[in-house]
Amino acid sequence: MAEFLEFRDIKKSFGAVQAVDGVSLTVQRGEIFSLLGPSGCGKTTLLRMLAGFEAPDQGRILLNGVDITDQPPHKRQVNTIFQNYALFPHMNVRENIAFGLKLAKVSRKEIDERVDAMLELVQMRDQAKKRPSEISGGQKQRVAIARALILKPQVLLLDEPLAALDLKLRQRMLLELDLIHDEVGITFLYVTHDQGEAMSLSDRVAVMNSGKIEQIGTPIEVYEAPTSSFVAAFIGDTNFLEGAVAALADGDYCRVRMPEFESPLLCFNDKRLSVGNRVYLSIRPEKFTISREQPQPDRLRNMLQGKVEDVIYLGNVTKYWVRVGEYRISVSRQHNRFLLDEQPIRWEDDVWISWHADDGFMLERYSESDEDLLQVPPETVFETEEEPEDSSQDGEDRR
Amino acid sequence: MNQRRRAWREILLTAPSFGWLVVLFVVPTLVVFAIAFKPPDALGGIGHGWTLGTWRHLGNPNYPAIIWRTLWMSLVTTALCVLLAVPTGYCMARAPRRWRQPLMLLVVVPFWTSFLVRVFAWKTLLHPDGALKRLLVALHLVADSTSLLYRPETVLLVLVYTYLPFAILPVYAASEKFDFSLMEAAQDLGAHRFRAFVSVFLPGIRRGLLTAVAMVLIPALGSYVIPDVMGGTNSEMIGNKIAQRTFVDRNLPHASALATLLMLAVLLPLALYPLFAGRNNDQKPDRKEVA
Repeated sequence: MAEFLEFRDIKKSFGAVQAVDGVSLTVQRGEIFSLLGPSGCGKTTLLRMLAGFEAPDQGRILLNGVDITDQPPHKRQVNTIFQNYALFPHMNVRENIAFGLKLAKVSRKEIDERVDAMLELVQMRDQAKKRPSEISGGQKQRVAIARALILKPQVLLLDEPLAALDLKLRQRMLLELDLIHDEVGITFLYVTHDQGEAMSLSDRVAVMNSGKIEQIGTPIEVYEAPTSSFVAAFIGDTNFLEGAVAALADGDYCRVRMPEFESPLLCFNDKRLSVGNRVYLSIRPEKFTISREQPQPDRLRNMLQGKVEDVIYLGNVTKYWVRVGEYRISVSRQHNRFLLDEQPIRWEDDVWISWHADDGFMLERYSESDEDLLQVPPETVFETEEEPEDSSQDGEDRR
Repeated sequence: MNQRRRAWREILLTAPSFGWLVVLFVVPTLVVFAIAFKPPDALGGIGHGWTLGTWRHLGNPNYPAIIWRTLWMSLVTTALCVLLAVPTGYCMARAPRRWRQPLMLLVVVPFWTSFLVRVFAWKTLLHPDGALKRLLVALHLVADSTSLLYRPETVLLVLVYTYLPFAILPVYAASEKFDFSLMEAAQDLGAHRFRAFVSVFLPGIRRGLLTAVAMVLIPALGSYVIPDVMGGTNSEMIGNKIAQRTFVDRNLPHASALATLLMLAVLLPLALYPLFAGRNNDQKPDRKEVA
């Protein structure tokens, strides 16, 4: 049984720029699959190759087991929702939606029925006679969806479809996209640089960086168990502590020695690293517990003492920046219950931060070229003298 | 109150150009129109009284033929110019950005030479002893006895040559503003390239096309120098007749009547223009940077 949609070792360069550098991935029928990554990571190029607007330099694309790599765009059973919607300005909403069916030489009657059904689905019945210039951004978005869906594509390609909308509308359209997906059951291939969109909508996410896939997994997997420091930093916030595996401990755990700290830190050793491996220990801000008093010692908890340098109160969370030796560690704390008489932790306070050994992740050190992309405060980013061998990643991509 | 003040300001601001148009365009046009209803006098001036005699003269069997020729030559010129301008404008707009300026320069560069010089250059080129003629004869494409000059086709050729930039410029301007992702959208929805070109690109540059038609058709209808220099008696256009009546026959009312006729021919398509131009709502959506 062939895969539904398969990219096989795709490569594409524009001039000197390697836009897509050996991407292989498969998408299941009916799923929402996201390509997530920063600008220029090759995600849009990959999507355009599936639509037929770019030809890969190398590699094949298979849809339902059929090689479509050399098919022209109008022959492919995929439809795209463009970033700027690309609605035809000289046609009204109805004509825009009917465009594909007219080309397919569908009978007048059937066109009318199907357009009506689509207008209903995207709630644009009242606007059918309007021109694209007369409707709002969210409405244009809906027309674009209807125009693409009416052809019953095998895959619906969405190229940053929400980028042009404001935040509120974006959240609403996100929900609507999800509802529409439930209704039509078509496979979605969703390209975005917004991790929030990708996380909330997708069944699976492929995180891309410099033309390569860093990790493919469910939103929970890429957030909770990133396989590379790029993924850890790109999705959500994280702190990187630099060290090396000092000893294996307690079966699944190991001790990571940081030159900064006296005692080594305990970490879950899911990657089966061995003593001497150089790693980053990644800990997300919300995994810390912060307190003024030293917490009860716990065999599986790591503890560090530091000084609060900055506090930002955001309502739902408070962000602290805690100085621990050379590091400036980002900690966020939710207020499950906030007592007015409680003495809040302030700037210059001496505090303890602690986290469970399972909440830290050991990651290969990333290359220097990635550093611009990782939006980590400068204090927590380090130069790597040697390039680590990325042997673990290749295996991780094909799960 | 405020609105009234704004209205006044608008009137004040448009007054100079309005006055200019009235004094230098509307009044002379009306004068020409009025002269057409006057009798000529023996000295080449304008006589007294009013008459429709001049208009009756237009029934002369010579005229319908000349008017017909003027119309079809202008229309064919316009059609050829637009047909050549559309692919040219399209390619220019799709060319890499750094090429567009030089390409544009190539289109405009003939304007740096006097129009008359260029017309006479064509005459030299097509002269029985000219380089082009010799080349064509050598290639056995024309007989040595055929004249390339003084034929309606020659006039057409030079008309197209002269007015082509006026068609390319508006078509290019419209194409450059055209959002080419619309072509991709059309292809994505099942249109092959040519279909996308016809159903999305051409409507998208509709205004440019109409401007091109107006920019070529109107001056072509009034052509005088090109048929005069390049054509013979079988390629005279209405402009030549007007000149003849003015300078040779000194029959100003007759010339005025012909000029009025020509003006009507020009104004008619202009009056129809708004009907085809459509509403002004073809905005180009903002293009965001593509990741």
